[in-house]
Amino acid sequence: MRSSAIAISGLRKAFGDKVVLDGIDLEVPAGTVFSLLGPNGAGKTTTVNVLTTLMKADGGTIRVAGHDVAGEAKAVRKAIGVTGQFAAVDELLTGRENLQLMADLKRVDRQIVTTLLERFDLVESAQKMTSTYSGGMRRKLDLAMTLVGSPQIIFLDEPTTGLDPRSRRTMWQIIRELVGAGVTIFLTTQYLDEADQLADKVAVLDQGRVVAQGTPAELKRLVPGSHVRLRFTDPRDLDAAVPLFAGATCDEESQTLQIPSDGGTKSLRAVLDRLDEHSLEAEELSVHTPDLDDVFLALTGHASTEETAK
Amino acid sequence: MSTVTTDSAIMIRRNFKHTLRNPTTVFNAVLFPVIIMLMFVYLLGDAFSVGVDYVDYATPGMILLAICYGLGATATGVNSDMTKGIINRFKVMDVSRGAVLSGQVIGSIVNNVLAVAAIIGTAFALGFRPSASFVDWLGVAGLVLLVGFSIGWLTVALGLAAKSVETAGLATVPLIMLPFLSTAIVPADKMGPGARQFAEYQPFTPIIETFRGLLFGNLHASDAIAAIAWCAGLAIIGYAWATSTFKKRA
Repeated sequence: MRSSAIAISGLRKAFGDKVVLDGIDLEVPAGTVFSLLGPNGAGKTTTVNVLTTLMKADGGTIRVAGHDVAGEAKAVRKAIGVTGQFAAVDELLTGRENLQLMADLKRVDRQIVTTLLERFDLVESAQKMTSTYSGGMRRKLDLAMTLVGSPQIIFLDEPTTGLDPRSRRTMWQIIRELVGAGVTIFLTTQYLDEADQLADKVAVLDQGRVVAQGTPAELKRLVPGSHVRLRFTDPRDLDAAVPLFAGATCDEESQTLQIPSDGGTKSLRAVLDRLDEHSLEAEELSVHTPDLDDVFLALTGHASTEETAK
Repeated sequence: MSTVTTDSAIMIRRNFKHTLRNPTTVFNAVLFPVIIMLMFVYLLGDAFSVGVDYVDYATPGMILLAICYGLGATATGVNSDMTKGIINRFKVMDVSRGAVLSGQVIGSIVNNVLAVAAIIGTAFALGFRPSASFVDWLGVAGLVLLVGFSIGWLTVALGLAAKSVETAGLATVPLIMLPFLSTAIVPADKMGPGARQFAEYQPFTPIIETFRGLLFGNLHASDAIAAIAWCAGLAIIGYAWATSTFKKRA
């Protein structure tokens, strides 16, 4: 059995009257990626702050790398690396100097600096002050700084928020490499596809409570299955099509018909044949499998921030 | 070396690099007090009748002004570390708690020393003729360091507690204004009621009078005691405030 890198039970935290974390239980096995998913204000950053010894919990027991965060903060700090929500790099130092500072503070050989600059593709800008770096470069440098001293557990608080798609993919690649090397990752994100891509296990946090947890596949099973969606241009065609498919639901407003389907080619062909038989033509056909967005909606009763922002 | 001293040395090196990278801040902190001094002594000096040559009267106060003027840079520097998450990075890294802040205080004192050296140099160029012995000068240097240390801690606390870089800069404005409401520019008995009492009892007056006493050989023990007591008090308040804010704020 693998040991737990992080074990939380009954974590509570309030700021004044406002309860931010209302009894959280989580377990992260060593060497896995755990993703805490939730909208802004759900309590993700507070959880990270408590786990990384920046804040004291009001209640509950929390063990990180086998040490109690309240009583053995020093031992916890030696085992972890943290990349916060905003790239915390020293803007008046160069990329190389930032890494050297970390190496000096952790008392490790400065040789690691060159290795990390190469690994994160920052060699060219190593001598430039980080105030001239782009957002993606800062995030990379921030993560590189976190890796100095080879922490066993790495906390990443919304590591790709505000990054362009290309930088996000680079970040994902780096995270996968870290897991490959046996590091445990605790990742918070508001991007559902990110959790889907990276995490072994996901917990959905909403208003200070864990409303669901499991593998991405398990969570997707919590919502209704996949379906085929047909869009018609002529309302009469739509009306004619409704009685042809069992269990179909129709949306008058968008003129679409949703037909339960396993998404396989066979069931798809059956749908098309059926339409042909009755000489009906759909403007558009799409196959939908539930994603974590649907899970989020179903669990929290409101869309993820990504959705609401649109 | 122990953890604390090694960490402090690393932090001081970091602050020193900041100073080198940001020469305009230092330039500003050194140049502005010199300009104020030129203005008061060279342009307005003849208008004040204080019983002695005005440059001799004004220099002790200008030394304090030079210390205070550099504090804005310290406060904004500390605040930027706090708000940009660099302090949090150090906090989760098991870096010695004292080292992060004492690095800032020492950086602040280094700036103070540079600014005071520039002011004293300017004073001599303007005809400043103190009667201080070598030991008196050592006393002046010691008091500059003591004031820099105590106000430095207070400034670090202001910088940590401020919500943003802008408010951190503003928070030090009272410290910059205090010398004007002391015996730095004119003796207290030349001020109007209210201002006079304020000037007599505020902390900077005994500090300035101690500088004056050391430089011109008429030091009153009561001024020196009050100056040291104020410095000790400010240092204790600043240190306690800074360390508790540092611990609490994440």
